[in-house]
Amino acid sequence: MNYFIILTSLMKILGVIFLIILPMVSYSVYAERRVSALIQDRLGPNRVGPAGLFQPVADAVKFLLKEDFTPAHVNTFYYWLAPCLAMVPAIATIAVVPFGSTLLGVPMVIADINVGVLYVFAIASLGVYGIVIAGWSSNSKYPFLGGVRSSSQMISYELSLGLAVIPIFLLVGQLRLTEIVRYQIEHGWMIAPFIGDWLNVQKWLLAIPMFVSFCVFTVAIFAETNRLPFDLPEAETELVGGYHTEYGSMKFALFFLGEYAAMITGSALIVTLFLGGWHLPIPSWNGGFHWTYITGDAEGWRGIAGGLFNIATFFGKVAMLLLVFIWVRWTLPRFRYDQLMRLGWVFFFEIALVNIFLAALMIAYFPA
Amino acid sequence: MPALLFWTFAAMTLVFGAAVVLNRNPIASALSLVLSFLGLAALFMGLDAFFIGIIQVLVYAGAVMVLFLFIIMLFDLRAEERRRINRVAVVGGSAVSLALFVQICLVVAELRGSHDQFPALPATRTDDVRDIGLLLFNNFNLPFQIIGVLVLVATIGVIVLSKRELR
Amino acid sequence: MAITVRRPNLSWKERIYLPAILSGMVITMRHLKNMIFGRTKVTMEYPEEKWDSHMPEHYRGAPALVRDVAGRIRCVACQLCEFICPPRAIKIIPGELPGDDKFAKVEKYPNEFDIDMIRCIYCGMCEEVCPEQAIFLRKDYAITGFTREDMVHDKEKLLEIGGVMHGVVLKWNEKK
Repeated sequence: MNYFIILTSLMKILGVIFLIILPMVSYSVYAERRVSALIQDRLGPNRVGPAGLFQPVADAVKFLLKEDFTPAHVNTFYYWLAPCLAMVPAIATIAVVPFGSTLLGVPMVIADINVGVLYVFAIASLGVYGIVIAGWSSNSKYPFLGGVRSSSQMISYELSLGLAVIPIFLLVGQLRLTEIVRYQIEHGWMIAPFIGDWLNVQKWLLAIPMFVSFCVFTVAIFAETNRLPFDLPEAETELVGGYHTEYGSMKFALFFLGEYAAMITGSALIVTLFLGGWHLPIPSWNGGFHWTYITGDAEGWRGIAGGLFNIATFFGKVAMLLLVFIWVRWTLPRFRYDQLMRLGWVFFFEIALVNIFLAALMIAYFPA
Repeated sequence: MPALLFWTFAAMTLVFGAAVVLNRNPIASALSLVLSFLGLAALFMGLDAFFIGIIQVLVYAGAVMVLFLFIIMLFDLRAEERRRINRVAVVGGSAVSLALFVQICLVVAELRGSHDQFPALPATRTDDVRDIGLLLFNNFNLPFQIIGVLVLVATIGVIVLSKRELR
Repeated sequence: MAITVRRPNLSWKERIYLPAILSGMVITMRHLKNMIFGRTKVTMEYPEEKWDSHMPEHYRGAPALVRDVAGRIRCVACQLCEFICPPRAIKIIPGELPGDDKFAKVEKYPNEFDIDMIRCIYCGMCEEVCPEQAIFLRKDYAITGFTREDMVHDKEKLLEIGGVMHGVVLKWNEKK
């Protein structure tokens, strides 16, 4: 066995989870509270530390010190299992997402497997077990309804999620996420391939199905992560707290964190597939105007700085998307359940199918 | 794949496969089946067959079993747990499955090449997604299209049946 | 009779919802922007900013005993407030003034005067009923304490909150 690969993978896993994802999760909770407050002309948590920046620490301490209470009427084993099942898939998904170029010659992706995006869908589809089991084991009507709603919602939107990305794979011819990022570096970001190549009619035509894909995919991610306007599984006004009504202290916190971790991996996926991954074009002048970008390939400290810059770029994009998630949540009202299902099956499913056809036509008749 | 991982996942597949049958609680059975599928998927990945492994998780563990669980949750589970074990059925069922197992062993033992050592996996990994795609669309295009039509017919059939007014 | 609610016939543009969603998002973004640039100011950040200067004239805060300009405790321990108090928060133990006191003709004074601020409902009945203009509801609202005992205001505390009251009738002074 190659110990170098094992060691670097381990460091990447620990680094990504403990230095990036978990702090990002806790700070997205903080951002959620702060931004929602600002949108509603309030101030939000601003007491703990400067501008309330240590609020996540206070929250964590509170969750850890609360009494870990198990109600008498629950199915204990599954009641304890469910929060773990909600957290694990959300974090495991990040394994195949390239979150940077290279750092000291090590590619910044934990597992660069050739089925990349299928792996993401497979693991994400396991996320529903946590919610369903939480709803069932609580042995109480509102969590149960929440669990049932959630599973049907996730199954419905997984279809459009899967179909929405097919145009990209038609174009790139690969499922490997690193290849998709490389393709976008060479041919322009999927969401706007015509930038920098304004007169290329083929790229303008291609942008149409890509934009539709982007919209359908983003909406499906909203539905998959149970975010408003699709947060029917935990609709407070109808279902008390939804599937986690019977949960308290750290077990509730795990559901909460799992939801935000799923949001982060969903955003990371959108960034990788449509927004160019870690790539950030920089205008430069070298005997004529052209675009360039930073890699981590350079010698010495310049390489390290470049690699770190690319990681920062990727997670900066993710953070921007998270802000959009929050912005949408505090703007739109919740859909009704039949509207949600209609939207999933009648609109997005069909749009995604037609879009595949459209993309295939364009790739066949206007090849690059 | 190191032998340790192989044995771990093989044991996981078998143990949880047995648990599917032995558990009295249907939810526990369904979840054991999911774990069994995950072990199987890991075995596939150990053979560098990432595509099949992932599809195993995506389709069986992610979609089919969720539907199963969904249906099981709507039942009254206590009735199932209270149900008494029928001795005759247990003995008969074990006998039949044992006979089937022995039969399969005998057939496999007689198969051509069953005693040969399989060639080692190539050191450079092949792109199995691409290979499967090429094979499917070049060599088996017509069967693939026919399956597609079949699935379409089934889909339309389900919609027609569910839309029909109850009389 | 059932009332038929007529649903509006939505145009094609309204039915895809996208313009409405976008205009909603513009509205929330405007609120966010105004908050960030400090153009909206709704919240008062309590311990730093206080409400005191905005307090209306009729505000009913903590009840307190007052002294008059001569420095006399105006309470004569008639115990009317003790009887009228709806939650029975007031406890008075009257005492007799010694004969050589300047105000000996008042005869009574409160030896002890406790108001249990956990029970007090800030109704102001004590103020209304007082024939001596001795007890007033002041504007103190931050009544805190770590124990139940802390929350009982005794005579010293009440006089401290009350201070000196100007412009009240001085009926016990010697007539000219």
